[in-house]
Amino acid sequence: MATVSTTPAPVAARRGATPLRRSQARTAWLLALPFLLLFATFTVGPVLASLFMSFTDMRSTDLRSPLAIDLAGFSNYVDLFGDPLFRKVAVNTAIFVLIGVPLTMALALAAAVGLNGITRVRSFFRLGYYLPVVTSIVAVAVVWRFLLQPDTGPINQVLGLIGIDGPNWLGSTTLALPTLIVMTTWRNLGYLMVIFLAGLQTVPREMLEAAEVDGASRWQRFRYVTVPVMRPTLLFGAVITSIGYLQFFEEPFVMTNGGPLDATRSTAMYVYDQFGFGNYGVATAASYVLFVAIAALTFVLFRALRPTE
Amino acid sequence: MTTFTPPTDTAAAVTERPNDTRAGGRPPRAERGASWWLYAVLGVGLLVMSLPFVWMLVSSVKPESEVRRVPPTWLPETVTSDNYQQLLDRLSFPTYFVNSTVVAVVVMLGNLVFCSMLGYALAKLDFRGKRVVFALVLGTLMVPGIAIIVPLFVLVTNLGLTNTFPGLFLPYLVTPIGVFLMRQYFLGLPDELISAARVDGAGEFRIFWNVMLPLTGPALATLALLTFLASWNNFLWPLVVAQTEDRYTLPVALALYSVGQNATEYGVLLAGAVVVVLPVIAVFLAVQRYFVQGIAMTGIK
Repeated sequence: MATVSTTPAPVAARRGATPLRRSQARTAWLLALPFLLLFATFTVGPVLASLFMSFTDMRSTDLRSPLAIDLAGFSNYVDLFGDPLFRKVAVNTAIFVLIGVPLTMALALAAAVGLNGITRVRSFFRLGYYLPVVTSIVAVAVVWRFLLQPDTGPINQVLGLIGIDGPNWLGSTTLALPTLIVMTTWRNLGYLMVIFLAGLQTVPREMLEAAEVDGASRWQRFRYVTVPVMRPTLLFGAVITSIGYLQFFEEPFVMTNGGPLDATRSTAMYVYDQFGFGNYGVATAASYVLFVAIAALTFVLFRALRPTE
Repeated sequence: MTTFTPPTDTAAAVTERPNDTRAGGRPPRAERGASWWLYAVLGVGLLVMSLPFVWMLVSSVKPESEVRRVPPTWLPETVTSDNYQQLLDRLSFPTYFVNSTVVAVVVMLGNLVFCSMLGYALAKLDFRGKRVVFALVLGTLMVPGIAIIVPLFVLVTNLGLTNTFPGLFLPYLVTPIGVFLMRQYFLGLPDELISAARVDGAGEFRIFWNVMLPLTGPALATLALLTFLASWNNFLWPLVVAQTEDRYTLPVALALYSVGQNATEYGVLLAGAVVVVLPVIAVFLAVQRYFVQGIAMTGIK
């Protein structure tokens, strides 16, 4: 891998402010400035402001005077965890992540191993599986809503052909969330598949052949050679997918509007709703709970992916 | 050094596998014989992945009555452009299309310029505070839109930018992942080029702009695609900041129509979905190797 390969200059020369070093530093800061200004204003600032706002009583009526608000201690967080709806959306989001991530991982890994085993038209398949990833979730959700219509939808029509009376997928409190999980899996598995396909190339062929000579079955080779070598890639996939699924928003927004009976309402939707009601304090508190969960996962990602020397 | 190890390590592997079709890369004989069922399974999978798009495309040219017919027709009996005509005449989709394009192009250009600038500084220049800046960029790689939406809205409102184009694109002009990508690419370019240019008397900025930046074509192409796409498909922020129809982007318009009073116009909504999806698919098919490269270089879509 490429690393910084500056020739190790003598310590004295590096420390001293030579004209070259000074002009380098000046150029570097000039180059960094636009990014840092925009980034501070529109990302770092809001991250900090969000934390601050979650401890205030800010409402939409304070929109034009954001400095004239009062501290409210932990009351937003107390309200949040006391709200049965928040507990409900947190559970929904957890279910979505805990079922959706393994499902997406398993199917993506199967697809990657499958593609790795063929030689012809592999890139054609890869393209097809990847297609849903690049398309707008909103557009895809609109299409799936029609596909899943209870009476006229093609999916239930096809089920009818083989004698199955298709259910009202999105209208049932028990089926709506699993249905959205399957749809989201359909959309995202191509992305993980490409990552896993790359990971599979790192499995040394000699190791697999040695295992085969030793009489390992195909499954044993996969389980005891491929999976251990791919461990960092799999972990990367799990974390990146979890981070995405924790923010689950467009699918329920377009397909179920959080219903029926909040069965598909997610934490991100809860934030959006509270924001819409003008409860900025509660909205930021809820968004910070989500943010901390995501930050924790990111931290795990960095720790796990640090190269082991 | 902290990096996303698996994707970068496998960058070469995913883009091109020279052994692949040569004798050395061919699977053992037994597996070759058994692979017909593998093609079959993968083919069924491909069908599942692509049928929703096919159905969307086919249904968008059916008249409304035929879209709802039971049992459904697979191929349209009557082909009509009526749904698309509705998008044009009644639902001002041309405006949304222009809005989406303008925002996505500005976002793309901003990222190309600003991310390559910082990426170069972090990769090739020596300055105090470099590690801190890089740590800051990496540490905020994963700030989700939903986590900052409220303060961002307060900020943009007080800047007087709600329902304006700057309000739509300003928060997305720079992305940490872009810096990460450009830095990685610059690291791979030889330092000798810089030393030689310095000997020739070129200023530091000139070296960046005229010597080094022109060598980053593939990275810039990848970054352009990733940021254009992310902006084109972005939903939450435009939903919040665009308040009248003349500022809606395509996903916002489509989502609001699909849950609003047009919710039952299946044909029109599907035509709308085609308008959102088709340009992306076209771009994707044209330059797909950059996508794969992008994933390989960053691990992030």
